[in-house]
Amino acid sequence: MRQCLVRCIDDFARNATMNTMIRLAGRVAQVREAGIAMILVLFSLIAGAVEPRFLTGETARVVLLAIPLVLVAAMGQMIVIVARHVDLSMGSILGFSAIVGGLVFRDHPQWPLVIGFLVAILVGAGLGLFNGLIVAIFKLPSIIVTLGTLSLYRGILFTLSGARQIDPNDIPESLIRMAQTSPVGVPWIVIIAFAVALVVHCFLKHTEAGRHIYAVGSNPVAARLRGIRIFPVTILVFTLSGALAGLAGIFYAARFGYVNPGITGVGFEFTVIAAVVVGGVSINGGVGSVLATVLGVVLLGAVTVALPILGTSGFWQNALYGAIILIALVLGRAVRQGGLRGLSATKDAG
Amino acid sequence: MNRIPKPQTYGHNRLISVRGIAKSFAGIEVLRNVDFDIESGEVHALLGENGAGKTTFAKILSGVFRPTRGTMRLGGELVTLSSPLEAQKLGITLIHQEPLSFPDLSVAENVVLGRSRGGLRRVRWSNMEHDARVLMSSLGVEIDVRRPMRGLSISDQQMVEVARALSVESRLIVMDEPTAALTPKEVDMLFGIIRRLRDEGRTIIFIGHRLEEVRDLCDRVTIFRDGEKVATAPTSTLTDAEIIRLMIGRPLKEYLHKTTSSIADTAIVVRELSLPGRFENVNFEIRHGEIVGLGGMVGAGRSDVARALFGIAPAESGFVAVNGQWVTIKNPAEAIRLGIAFVPEDRAVAGIFRTLSVESNITAAVPHRIAPHGVLRRSVEHADAEEFVLKLGIKVASLRQSIGELSGGNQQKAILARWLLTKPSILILDEPTRGIDIGAKAEYHDMIGKLAAAGCAILLISSDLPELLALSDRILVMSEGRLTVNIPRAEATQEAIMHAAVPRAVHR
Repeated sequence: MRQCLVRCIDDFARNATMNTMIRLAGRVAQVREAGIAMILVLFSLIAGAVEPRFLTGETARVVLLAIPLVLVAAMGQMIVIVARHVDLSMGSILGFSAIVGGLVFRDHPQWPLVIGFLVAILVGAGLGLFNGLIVAIFKLPSIIVTLGTLSLYRGILFTLSGARQIDPNDIPESLIRMAQTSPVGVPWIVIIAFAVALVVHCFLKHTEAGRHIYAVGSNPVAARLRGIRIFPVTILVFTLSGALAGLAGIFYAARFGYVNPGITGVGFEFTVIAAVVVGGVSINGGVGSVLATVLGVVLLGAVTVALPILGTSGFWQNALYGAIILIALVLGRAVRQGGLRGLSATKDAG
Repeated sequence: MNRIPKPQTYGHNRLISVRGIAKSFAGIEVLRNVDFDIESGEVHALLGENGAGKTTFAKILSGVFRPTRGTMRLGGELVTLSSPLEAQKLGITLIHQEPLSFPDLSVAENVVLGRSRGGLRRVRWSNMEHDARVLMSSLGVEIDVRRPMRGLSISDQQMVEVARALSVESRLIVMDEPTAALTPKEVDMLFGIIRRLRDEGRTIIFIGHRLEEVRDLCDRVTIFRDGEKVATAPTSTLTDAEIIRLMIGRPLKEYLHKTTSSIADTAIVVRELSLPGRFENVNFEIRHGEIVGLGGMVGAGRSDVARALFGIAPAESGFVAVNGQWVTIKNPAEAIRLGIAFVPEDRAVAGIFRTLSVESNITAAVPHRIAPHGVLRRSVEHADAEEFVLKLGIKVASLRQSIGELSGGNQQKAILARWLLTKPSILILDEPTRGIDIGAKAEYHDMIGKLAAAGCAILLISSDLPELLALSDRILVMSEGRLTVNIPRAEATQEAIMHAAVPRAVHR
C-alpha cells in the first residue's frame, strides 16, 4: 500500500509538472488535464489584467480555503458519474451529516474530534448506501432516485435537528482551527482534501475495483458479459459518494462555524456537479480523472473568488458564474477534439 | 509451438459434444434438439439463413444464453455454463458480431478486463500493457495498446477481441460473422490468424455466409435451418448447390398468392444509385400496380437502398425519377411529398411511438391534415384513424389505447395505415411480416395485393423466401451492395434467389 502511495504521488507530480506539459505538447489536445489547466491559466490572466489585485498570494490563499468542501464532495460525485450515475442528494447528505456531527459535538463536548468525523462519514455512507440500494434493486434511474432522497433527507434532517441550528459556541474551537491553520501553514482541511483526492486517484487508477467502475460506466452490457457484477459497483459508488459528502459536512462546520438545517448544503450538489463536469468527466460514464476534476474544482473556486474582487455586482455574479461554466465546457470540449470546428462535426465523444 | 495435424477422421479428439440442445424465448422455440460435436484443432463453419439459429447456438456454447433443454460435454465431462465468465474459465470465448468493448478504456484494459476479480487488488499497468503488446505482436497487428478503444476500426477491434481470447488461454474461439464488416484485405489477415490459431491446436467455430470464405477456411460445416441442425459434413464433400439446398430446403409454406394486377406506367426509376460502403450502381424501375421483391442476405444493402429512396440516408450519386420527373430526395419530408411511403424494418425502433395512442400513431405522417395551422383537430384525427382501423381490420380495444399494448401484427398494420393515409403512389416495405404470426401474415399479404391492384407501386424487401415468391411480380436480389439478378415471376425459385444472394468471391 505504501509503495502504491509513493507511486501515486510520483504519478501525480509527473502529470502536473510543466515538464510533462512540454513533453506532451504534441498530444496536448488529447490530454484532458492540459485543456483545463490552460483554461485556468487563461482565466487567471484575464482576471489579473482587469484587476491586478487578483494575482496575489492572498487570492491564492482564499481560493485554497474555498475549495476543500467542493473538492472532497467532487471526488465522490466523480466516482458516481464515472459509473454512469449521478448523485443529486449530495447537498442534503452534507447537511444531514453536518447536523449529526454537530449534535455529537454539542451533546458530547468531551469526546475527541475524530468521533465527530467518523459519525458524519458513517451517516453519509449510510445515506449513500440507501441511494445505491434503491437504484440497484429497483433498477431506477439515479437522477430520479437521488432527486427524491434530496428532499427526503432534507426533511428528516429538519425533524432531527428540531429545525434548530448548531450554534457557533457548540462547535469545538479545535475544529474551527482546522479550517484556519496547521503546523505547515496550510489549513488542515485543505491538506485532508488533497489527501482524499490522492487516495481516490489511487483507488480509481490502481485497483481492480476502481477499473470495474470505469468498465461499468463505459459499457454495462460488455461489463456484465465479462463477469463484472454491476450491483456491487452501483452500491459502492453511492456509498463512497455519501461518505465523502459526510466528510464535506464536517468541513462545513469547521469552515463556517455553524450548521443550519435550512441552509447547510442547499444547492451544493449543483456546484459539485458543475466542477466535476468542467473537469471533463463525461456525464455518459466511463471517463474522468482525479487530476482533471481537481483542476475543475480549482477553476470554479477561482471564479467564485474572482467575481467579487473584479467588482461585479451581486446580480451579475450568478449569471457570469454560469456563463463561465458554459465557456469552460465548450472550450474543454474543443481542446479535446482539436479545434472549435470539430465540435459540431463529431458526435459525442464524451 | 506444438503443431497438431489437421484431423482427418473425426471422433478421436472430441472437444465439445452437445446433445438435444433447445432454446425458447417467450415460449417461441428458436432452437430445437441440436446435436453437435466439434474436434480439437478444427475450424468449423456454422451456416444458415438469417434467423436459422446460428447465433443463438453460439451464445449457448459460450454461456451467454442457458439452453432450455439439452446437455453439453467438454472433453467428456458434463458441464453447465451459467455465464460467459464460466465458459471463459473452461476455455471458451465468443467474439460477438458487434465487438463488445469498453470504448473509453485503453486497448490493454480491454484485453485484460474480465479476468480481474475486483476489490482492492492492485492493477499493474506496466505488466498489463506489456502482456497486451506481446499478444498484439503475436497476432502480427500493430495497435498502440495505450490508446482508447474508441475510434479503432472494426477489424482492429476484432483483433483486440482475439487477443482477449488468447489472453485467457481459450481452447475454443467462437466467431460470429467476423468478416461481415471487413475489407477483403482485412479478411485475409483474419484468416491468416485463424489458421495460425488452429495450428497451435485451438479450435475455431466460424459463423458466416460467404461460401467462398467457408471453403477457404473451414474443415467442416454444420448447417442450420429454422432452428434445427440439418447436416454436418466435411466442407470438401459438399457442393455449393448442396449447401444452399440444405440451407433453404423447407417446404413452401401456404401463402395467399397474389392475383396479378394490371401493371401500368412506370412509377419510379432508379439509375446508378450509389452510396459508398453501402450499395453501388443500383438500377431498377417499378411500375404502378407492380410488386417488386428485393431479396438478399442481411447486410447486403437492401435496407440502405430503401433508406436512400426515402431520404433518410440519401445516396451520394445516381438518379431517381418519380412519376416521370427527375428528383433529388434529401429528406423524408420530400419523399412523402413525392408520394413515397416507407414502412421500416424494426418497428419497435423506427416505427411506432410506443407510448402514444393508436390514433396518434396512425395519423403521425399527415400533420398538415389533422392539424392545419398547427392546431390539432381531434375529430379529424379520430375519423382518419377509425377509417383505417376498420379497413385494415386492426384489433384495438380503443383508438385511445397506447399502441405498445397491441400485438406485433396489429402494430404492423397500424404502421401500414399511417403510410396509407399519405396516399402513397410508391410503397416501400422492409421486412413487413417479420415476427408476426401466420394468420396476421396472411392478412397482411392480402392487403399488399389489394394495394398493388389499386395502382400502388410496391418494393417489398423480405428475407422470407416463400413470401417473396408468393407476392412478387419480379424479384431483384442484392449481394454485397450490388443488384445481382432480376428474376421474373415465372422463373423465380428459392434456389435461384439464394444462388444470387450468397456472395461467392472474397476478392473483387
